[in-house]
Amino acid sequence: MTQIPLLTVENLNVTFPSPKGDVQAVRQVSFSMSNEKLGIVGESGSGKSVTGRSVLKLLPSYADVAADRMEFKGQDLRNRSEKEMRQIRGEEISMVMQDPKYSLNPVRTVGRQIDEAYCTHRKVSRKEAKERTLEMLDAVKIRNPKRVYNLYPHEVSGGMGQRIMIAMMLIPEPSLMIADEPTSALDVTVQMQVLAILDDLVTQRGMGLIFISHDLELVASFCDRVIIMYGGRVMEICEARNLKASSHPYTRGLLNCLPKINGSDEYLPILERDEAWHSDQFSVSDRSAQ
Amino acid sequence: MSKERLLNHLYALGRLLAVVLTTFLGLLLVTFLIGRVVPIDPVLAVVGDKASPEVYERARIAMGLHLPLWKQFFIYLQNVLSGNLGTSVLTARPVLEDILRVFPATIELAVTGTFLGVIIGVPLGVLSAVYRGSIIDHITRVIGLFGYSLPIFWLGLMGLMILYANLDLLPGPGRVDMFYEDIVTPVTGLMLVDSLLAKEYDIFKNALSHLILPASLLGYYSMAYLSRMTRSFMIEQLRQEYIITARVKGVAEWKVVWGHALGNCAIPLITVIALSFGGLLEGSVLTETVFAWPGLGLYLTNSLLNADMNSVLGSTIVVGAIFLSINLFSDFLYKVMDPRAR
Ligand SMILES: Nc1ncnc2c1ncn2[C@@H]1O[C@H](COP(=O)(O)OP(=O)(O)OP(=O)(O)O)[C@@H](O)[C@H]1O
Ligand SMILES: [Mg+2]
Repeated sequence: MTQIPLLTVENLNVTFPSPKGDVQAVRQVSFSMSNEKLGIVGESGSGKSVTGRSVLKLLPSYADVAADRMEFKGQDLRNRSEKEMRQIRGEEISMVMQDPKYSLNPVRTVGRQIDEAYCTHRKVSRKEAKERTLEMLDAVKIRNPKRVYNLYPHEVSGGMGQRIMIAMMLIPEPSLMIADEPTSALDVTVQMQVLAILDDLVTQRGMGLIFISHDLELVASFCDRVIIMYGGRVMEICEARNLKASSHPYTRGLLNCLPKINGSDEYLPILERDEAWHSDQFSVSDRSAQ
Repeated sequence: MSKERLLNHLYALGRLLAVVLTTFLGLLLVTFLIGRVVPIDPVLAVVGDKASPEVYERARIAMGLHLPLWKQFFIYLQNVLSGNLGTSVLTARPVLEDILRVFPATIELAVTGTFLGVIIGVPLGVLSAVYRGSIIDHITRVIGLFGYSLPIFWLGLMGLMILYANLDLLPGPGRVDMFYEDIVTPVTGLMLVDSLLAKEYDIFKNALSHLILPASLLGYYSMAYLSRMTRSFMIEQLRQEYIITARVKGVAEWKVVWGHALGNCAIPLITVIALSFGGLLEGSVLTETVFAWPGLGLYLTNSLLNADMNSVLGSTIVVGAIFLSINLFSDFLYKVMDPRAR
């Protein structure tokens, strides 16, 4: 492919200063993506969410963010003003937040919050916005959207909250969606339905999707390519179908920790971590064809 | 609304009422006991100290003071609950009538003060939370510190000395100039409203100019408190995840701050505003004395200085009852506004 990639990130570094010493949440992260499903997997605290938020420039002001390149559809995001970023947020790049319980405004009905996502970028009447919201709730397989529209966040279940979040972030039809653990609170059937919706958007509408997850199996089967992160660094980037055959020691370690349904009942091995992975010399292996 | 929810509501309401009634009963018991303990002989206050022992004894029996204490309390309860707070020795009128006459002046002052405190204090608190550590945050803090540390009577006297005595910018103490007194017929008892109703615009202007200084002072205290509370509520809300969500959607920052974040502060703020309003009523004793403002505070002070026990206890009960109602009202608003408490 020779067209301009949807998103290019080169040498992203994020540091949070703290009295007990700086926390280097993201180090030297580089990747590039087109209209595809890109998975990011890694342990808790490996910097997945921070990477996602840096793209939207929504880290707190005390965070120290630097990158050699950060381009969305060929335009440099680094020198965009807050005002210009607001045009991009929601409309062009959107993000499903990790925990719907804390990520929805507790004193507004979910319907009103989804309406807001739509009205921010479209000049439409209240009635039109509401109709669109109801359609969207239906699209994410919420039964009885009219009732759910008037509920408050504390009145919906975790799984419903995640689907509401997805509806809210999809309604302005962004070209890139960052989904931070979008399906972890869903039961398997609903998870499949939500994945099907996301898959549809990527294949039919050409949306790009960054799919952040803990679940190696899920990412391997759902995504096109996978980024493996550890300690703020990219360990490797590979085609999802080649993931199982990875030779990277960290990825191998993760794979060996997965329980096998018809495997022996031996103890699962403990994940081995090599100090060398924290060093700059440890090069990122990008085995995926771009 | 489901039946279960309704029952829950009724239960909560019943519990609230029970608490309020017990508190009110306790208040009555305390005022009753104070009335018996103070070294002021209520009989002498009525018959005068030149009365013969027979007259004195007859008055004592007529007042029920020979009965056992619990019976006296019971009679007292009956009287208070039927609106009979006794007669004022000073004005020779029923205490309740006196209170109803003077109370609107206090309300007018406290409402205006709270209003000023809210419209200035809340935005200041929001701004100092958003621009934490900036110049506006520091200024707000210093203003607040003054508000906490300067006694109101001192500020009031200074204000009168400078703005009235020295510069003659504002009128002196009182609700209106002497010249305008007793012209408008009291309808609501609120001078601003009554003068407008009577189309006496000069009196309205005069009353407003009298109100400015004391109301601004009360407003200043209320503002100092409200800006500090708003600031800390806002800081708490602004670090919540739903704020990021709103920004992800591309919502304008002023909507994020004044809509999403302040919307979540509105609920705790109601309680704080109610408390501050109650505080102004309480503080009216000092303010009204300094400004010769003919409200409940001044009435209470005069009654105290003249050992007019019925008026003192009556005013205390009324102030206590109002405090209770304010709390009840803010609890109620809280329940109505917070979807999680509904
Ligand atoms: N606002 C912040 N201030 C300070 N440190 C932060 C902040 N946000 C994240 N961090 C730190 O950055 C590191 C990476 O966090 P991040 O949220 O990206 O992890 P994650 O991979 O998303 O983990 P999880 O799977 O648990 O969501 C962590 O060590 C975290 O403590
Ligand atoms: Mg995360």
